[in-house]
Amino acid sequence: MKRPYSPKIVTASDLAVGDVIYQTAEDGWSRALPEAEILCDEAHAQLRLIEAERQQNRIVGAYLAEVAIGENGPEPVHFREDFRRAGPSNYFHGKQENPRQPRP
Amino acid sequence: MYRHTEFDRGFLAARNAQFRAQVERRLNGSLSEDEFKPLRLMNGLYLQLHAYMLRVAIPYGTLSGAQMRALADIADRWDRGYGHFTTRQNIQFNWPRLIDVPDMLDALAEAGLHSVQTSGNTVRNVTSDHFAGAAADEIADPRPVAELIRQWSTDHPEFQFLARKFKIAVTGSARDRAATRINDLGLRIVTRNGEQGFEVSIGGGLGRTPMIGRVLREFLPRADLLPYLEAVLGVYNRLGRRDNKFKARIKITVHEHGLDHVRDLVERRFALTRAAFGGADQDRLERIAADFAPPALRRAPTGAFDRACRSDPVFRAWADTNLSAHRDPGHTIVTVSLKAHGATPGDASSGQMRLLADLAERYGHDELRISHEQNVILPHVHKSDLPALHAALRAHGLATANIGLISDIIACPGMDYCALATARSIPVAQQIATRFDELRLEHEIGPLKIRISGCINACGHHHVAHIGILGLERAGVETYQITLGGDGTETAMLGERTGPGFSAGDILAAIERLVMAYLDLRAERSETFLQTYRRLGPAPFREALYPEARADAA
Ligand code: HEM
Ligand code: SF4
Repeated sequence: MKRPYSPKIVTASDLAVGDVIYQTAEDGWSRALPEAEILCDEAHAQLRLIEAERQQNRIVGAYLAEVAIGENGPEPVHFREDFRRAGPSNYFHGKQENPRQPRP
Repeated sequence: MYRHTEFDRGFLAARNAQFRAQVERRLNGSLSEDEFKPLRLMNGLYLQLHAYMLRVAIPYGTLSGAQMRALADIADRWDRGYGHFTTRQNIQFNWPRLIDVPDMLDALAEAGLHSVQTSGNTVRNVTSDHFAGAAADEIADPRPVAELIRQWSTDHPEFQFLARKFKIAVTGSARDRAATRINDLGLRIVTRNGEQGFEVSIGGGLGRTPMIGRVLREFLPRADLLPYLEAVLGVYNRLGRRDNKFKARIKITVHEHGLDHVRDLVERRFALTRAAFGGADQDRLERIAADFAPPALRRAPTGAFDRACRSDPVFRAWADTNLSAHRDPGHTIVTVSLKAHGATPGDASSGQMRLLADLAERYGHDELRISHEQNVILPHVHKSDLPALHAALRAHGLATANIGLISDIIACPGMDYCALATARSIPVAQQIATRFDELRLEHEIGPLKIRISGCINACGHHHVAHIGILGLERAGVETYQITLGGDGTETAMLGERTGPGFSAGDILAAIERLVMAYLDLRAERSETFLQTYRRLGPAPFREALYPEARADAA
């Protein structure tokens, strides 16, 4: 039997600012992980990644990151993605300062 | 101190204008990231986990008060009000926006600073002894030579696309405070028959294949330096592997071709480069050396210092750990710790930077140094000024008395910032420093170097720490591997791995067991951790680290 595809999101860095962004279902980008489009199908996920990579003058370094589906939508699986979602642990800087920023 | 000349200013203005245009073209989409990345790296701009990061060179670790103040202003205006000083005498700003970087570079240029060649496969910022020009044991100030190398290597047309990065360190003392043996090329000023020259070592480096540098030339006459470096880099440029990034550093080139073969090639090439250098470099060196003329030190009684030592135990403790011998007995070298217990190693707030600038101007002949151990140095302070200096530092949280002790930890940014990291480093450093401060044990423990890297690249120098900690990922969690017995000085040695790693929750207790074992094992109070380790070997320390293994064997 084929292993079920673990859900993914497309994430990248904003070109002008450099902060972490997530691709939304409406083809935009959000700074809040809960607003990311959850991709449960491998072919669709690859397609969405390619569409993201085309936006060269908007984003840098798009990739697929694994997520778990929690109460508030997608949650990071790897601790690296958890840090990207929150910010560093030594100062209260980065996303944790403003966890649900409005969309750019 | 060297001040940028008309040439330096013109070069930087042109270079910054060029980068401004490149940023514009990147933002409007005419440059792709693949095209832009090497251009931004040439100017020290990385993309990290949460933001861009700008790495600014502090050539040979020397700054004036005005330059330190400029860094503080940049931190406030375009970053988050602080900077991170690194093991290679750079400062990193962790939160710049790409759109602001051209303005930041212009502001740096105005202060005589730049980020050129702080990244990329070029000759990187030349590092040096942070006590240069002040140390009691110095043969000659290494900074004029370091500045000469900076000028020669900056934008050198032949060496902009080396196989890999190339790091050079220079020291002028027998005590190696510049980590020359773990640089791609290390220079030590030595004398032979009354003549000054260099001992040249190559092939040192850490990362995934750590190696201690080996001597390529026992004695290189002073005047032959640039043609010789040109020959070494020329040989490396030809032989360095471009097919495999992990085998591209010169340490691998030397390992694969053999030191003797590399030496032959260098000497043959040197015969040509030497003939081509007409001596203009030596005239330049002389002019540079004049810029590094020693400050006019004052003669004054030092009684105030002795009295403070007797009457104020807090001052006394600080003086015992944070002062080093100056070549002038009335003066001292002050190391200001950027390792307050629980703080991020190497970080300074803009307020602290401004205070240090003020203190340097007032008490230190306007000179500041950044050490590879991530502290700030005031190299020329008269002893009678120390009580006032200490009081000012204390008022701003900068009087931590821990230089060379267990809480004076080198830590790389790790996964709190770095995109390459496999685990965090900063919280581990914070925990260790806080714990041993609570135990009130660090002065009892004495000299001990703990260094932490957040991945195999080893930016935190963990291989040459007495206790090295390497953060890795194992099965989806942060894991910390310990090495023991490393040494980054003139008796450089790589540490040995102890065994299985520890989880983030267990690493602090493991370090504590190790240090308590040392206190039991040392022959006398004056035997340092490293000496005890060298006398007894790893076995008793392993037992302390892995008590279960001992129980199993019993
Ligand atoms: C945060 C962004 C950083 C990145 C992306 C980065 C990247 C790297 C890489 C890839 C290497 C291994 C190179 C090789 O062996 O070929 C390395 C080595 C090194 N880096 Fe970093 N580094 C960063 C920050 C730092 C910091 C903050 C320091 C100082 C605290 C530092 C100092 C060094 C040193 C001393 C070495 C090892 C010595 C050597 O083999 O050259 N780096 N770095
Ligand atoms: S050692 Fe690794 S984690 Fe630490 S700064 Fe270097 S590349 Fe980043």
